[in-house]
Amino acid sequence: MTAAEEKPARLISGPGMLLVWFYGVMVVGAVSRSAYQIGTEFDRAPLAYVLSAVAGVVYGFITYTLVRGGETARRAALVCCAAELAGVLLVGTWTLVDRSAFPDSTVWSYYGAGYVFIPVLLPVSALYWLRKARNTVKR
Amino acid sequence: MLTVLTLVTGVAALLLAAWCGWAAYRDQPTKDWHFIGMAVVSLLAVVQLVIGIVQLARGEKPEQGTTIFVAYLLGAFACVPAAGLMSLAERTRWGSVTVAAGGVVLAVLEVRLYDIWGG
Repeated sequence: MTAAEEKPARLISGPGMLLVWFYGVMVVGAVSRSAYQIGTEFDRAPLAYVLSAVAGVVYGFITYTLVRGGETARRAALVCCAAELAGVLLVGTWTLVDRSAFPDSTVWSYYGAGYVFIPVLLPVSALYWLRKARNTVKR
Repeated sequence: MLTVLTLVTGVAALLLAAWCGWAAYRDQPTKDWHFIGMAVVSLLAVVQLVIGIVQLARGEKPEQGTTIFVAYLLGAFACVPAAGLMSLAERTRWGSVTVAAGGVVLAVLEVRLYDIWGG
């Protein structure tokens, strides 16, 4: 084991800190929103509210991996960001094609238009950042 | 009263965002003056939280529900201090960008608060 391996590489230096901030905001937004909606009016749009909750959990996990740092966390974050991007694109398209499936909107509806498109911009910039971070992470 | 405070806090948050954005543009981390700015904006958010709760205690009802109103008040209160702490951990221009983003998020929260209260 070399010295470089002992300390997990930081993923939150520089632009990474900004990513953590936005992911943190999205965690609070998605989790509190879905918790409130599932708690008060679950029957109105169960699918939409469950999707918001899932999005919140994914955001939470990505935030954790970014803060934790290291190569394993970096890979886990890459997978989750890809899943997140797929989720946003899928749900975004779904809401456009079949509006009746979602009586109420989710975090990912219309590619996240209700959240200034942050839900679709975030995974793209995170994927870019995580791929770039590979060069600085020592194996 | 609450509506005026919402407006003032929102404008202050945007000013803070512009100020820290300027620092980031000049490749500077957040400095003492920025933290004083953050303290002022945070103080406004605290006053807003207190007045909001007082209004609720007086029996006034927010248009879109008390739970959502309180949740957004707490979010607005935590927003800038959280970004400020993160800029302490990141002593580069990116710390300034984070606080600028925090100011923008707070301004958005204030717009939502305005709608929720039904001002």
